[in-house]
Amino acid sequence: MRELRRAAAVALAIARKDATAELRGRQAAGSTLFFAALVLLLFGFALGPDSRRLTDAAPGLLWLAIVFGGLLTVSRLHQLEADDGALEQLALYPVDRRAVYAGKALAGAAAMLVLGGLLLPVVAILYAIPIGAAWLPLLAAVLLGAIGFAAVGTAYAGLTVRLRAREVMLPLLMLPIVAPLLLAAVKATGAALTGDPLGELGSWLQLLAAFDVIMLVVGAGTYGFLLEE
Amino acid sequence: MKTRVLGFAGLAAVTAAAIYGLFVVPADLNQGDAQRIMYVHVASAWLAYASFGVTALAGIGYLWKRDLRFDAVALAGAEVGVMFTAFAIWGGMMWGRPVWGVYWQWEDPRLTTTALLLALYVGYLLLRRLTDDPARRASRAAVVGLIAAVDIPIVHFSVIWWRGLHQGPTIGDPGKILNPSAPLLFVAALMAMVAAFTLVWVYLMIRRYQLARVDWQIEEHGRLGRITAARRAGMAPAATTAGNEEPAS
Repeated sequence: MRELRRAAAVALAIARKDATAELRGRQAAGSTLFFAALVLLLFGFALGPDSRRLTDAAPGLLWLAIVFGGLLTVSRLHQLEADDGALEQLALYPVDRRAVYAGKALAGAAAMLVLGGLLLPVVAILYAIPIGAAWLPLLAAVLLGAIGFAAVGTAYAGLTVRLRAREVMLPLLMLPIVAPLLLAAVKATGAALTGDPLGELGSWLQLLAAFDVIMLVVGAGTYGFLLEE
Repeated sequence: MKTRVLGFAGLAAVTAAAIYGLFVVPADLNQGDAQRIMYVHVASAWLAYASFGVTALAGIGYLWKRDLRFDAVALAGAEVGVMFTAFAIWGGMMWGRPVWGVYWQWEDPRLTTTALLLALYVGYLLLRRLTDDPARRASRAAVVGLIAAVDIPIVHFSVIWWRGLHQGPTIGDPGKILNPSAPLLFVAALMAMVAAFTLVWVYLMIRRYQLARVDWQIEEHGRLGRITAARRAGMAPAATTAGNEEPAS
């Protein structure tokens, strides 16, 4: 019990450190959001101007924008430390590696949640979708999606941060892994927006939650091996 | 020598199974000759899954024992698996064109899953190429192989759901292939091909493993050579050993 509380304190401290760095680091978080919003605008050019098509495709487009922005978000999780040569210190902390992973994943999930939460109104405005009535299931989908993406992203960002060609390797490794997450999140979002006529919203949210739990467990278990290098 | 015998046995078995499947077993009434693709298609798909299972288990073995021989097994599994996966997808598309009318059928959960499978392990192989240090490469690859293996059932499950939650899996049901209603000759042809492919698979795995060991020795040799050369030139040897993460050229 005491160890668990200690691990939670470590995780929170690391998450707070990352959040502080993110907030003080002026451009990065803001540019990511701008980039994702720009992607949504360009989807409009690619599929528009027929606004019905955009409305139909909106859940998929929203999640593609979240995934693209999310790749940039998680790639920053270890970047600051790698640039400053602080990854070694992170590995040398005399704490449980799983706590370090949890902290990083928490910071990543929080950033992803902000990204997704801010993109929702952008989608609502650009693609003419009423999100007001469905805000609770939408937020649940974004939250579960953010956690799952951060769970995978933390492990993979730690893995690729010291790699040459990491800009291409992170998406290349991550995109097939998060494919089921994308699929479930799009389905859940679509169900939430249409008022869930088939009663499938709960199942997709459950699938998202299962993905989150599985990836958090695997990520926590393997993260130590990646830090060790 | 024994491995070579195994290779020839595999070749002979595949030839025999192919002759049996192509000329002895009658064509399917509905699908015609296209159905014969199923024999090699299903055999390679099964072996692809077996290969990736080997990769995941060998990865766990490496993380546990830190023995690079496990890593060589993992590499063999991934590379042979990618080959069989690509072959399975190719066969599926060749079959899909005359039977479904399209090369790519999004409704089929197996095809979609297999495509993601290919992407997962091509990424795995690319990651390996980008890491020079054998121990780092092995542990990174082990983690990626493990996460990929965990992801496969989720992918399969979600894609089956994706087609419609209220529809039972019909194409995705593995029992369908061994359906007792299928004529026994078809099952026999499939089993013959699976057995023959398995022989070839074992042969390829052993050969790839041996090759990985030789590669490793060459790498080791090259590293020692660089250190010796650097020492002779009066440079610090550290410069050559620590530079693994930088482009070699």
